[in-house]
Amino acid sequence: MTPDLSMSLELSEHLQKTVDHLSENFSDKLVHVYQSSGDTFIVVDADSILEISKYLKEELHYIFLSDVFGIDRYTSDERFEVVYNLLSLKHRQRVFVKIRCEEENPEVHSVVPIWKAANWFEREVYDMFGVYFRNHPDLRRIYMPEDFEYFPLRKEFPLLGIPGSIELPSTTPDTD
Amino acid sequence: MGIESALGKGYLTTRMDTLVNWARSNAAWPMPMGLACCAIEMMAFAGPRYDAARFGSEVMRFSPRQADVMIVAGWCTYKMSHAIRRIWDQMPDPKWCIAMGACASTGGMHRCYGVVQGCDNFLPVDAYISGCPPRPDAVLHALMKIQDKIKTEHSIMLDT
Repeated sequence: MTPDLSMSLELSEHLQKTVDHLSENFSDKLVHVYQSSGDTFIVVDADSILEISKYLKEELHYIFLSDVFGIDRYTSDERFEVVYNLLSLKHRQRVFVKIRCEEENPEVHSVVPIWKAANWFEREVYDMFGVYFRNHPDLRRIYMPEDFEYFPLRKEFPLLGIPGSIELPSTTPDTD
Repeated sequence: MGIESALGKGYLTTRMDTLVNWARSNAAWPMPMGLACCAIEMMAFAGPRYDAARFGSEVMRFSPRQADVMIVAGWCTYKMSHAIRRIWDQMPDPKWCIAMGACASTGGMHRCYGVVQGCDNFLPVDAYISGCPPRPDAVLHALMKIQDKIKTEHSIMLDT
């Protein structure tokens, strides 16, 4: 993170504190801090998501994980992005933490030990993008049938799906 | 006045098919397969303002074994299609099916991988209703079309 970049941000008191504390304690783990559409995004190193999440929750009171979602950036390196939407109820501040992973064997740490809410969110990201969450207690598909072989929100997946990939019920039931 | 004048001397002649079809067509009990917003319009169809009771279809049967007409109201996902087909298979013959609204008929605006593009992919549909959602009048119209269809059926076989 470049220091002059965070200088140009318009941050509220708590968000400024968040960025300052993170750059103080995890200076080599922060990749990028930026603002867009009134929200603050912090891109961090994927391997340190657990310790940064723990710090955000315990020291900066981001106790509420309101969403986790995936992004297919469709780039040749660091193709997939996982975004954590964090909310501090006490300070009424929202921050987005992003990590990135490669197309080959996309795998990141699960944050279920820190926020229990991450369980189903991460299952959704796994279902839609095929990002594998290490140490997730129950990493199964959540929307698509369990024997489905594709990841539908990846860019190369066709809009109407792969014909015949999901079974329709038999229209000739066994009758006597 | 009434049936006495129609009966005349106290009897009438008709065909067995006509009598059975008359009874069936005026007691088509719906199986409400409410899957999305169309189900709200289906409730209006059964309610007092549109009054499906005029056509003998006021008894929404939540048990498939007591139902004659399945109204598929809403979009069917691939996952749900198995449950719908299973309920359909549990309905006793003779049975009819109405695809209510754009989604049940063609997939509608849900043009995507998770939604079956029309419930006629796994159900024998007798009447399709356009609209998103259709007005309750349109559901009544479909019901009347089903009644017309029932009245043309031949179900009695002569034992020769």
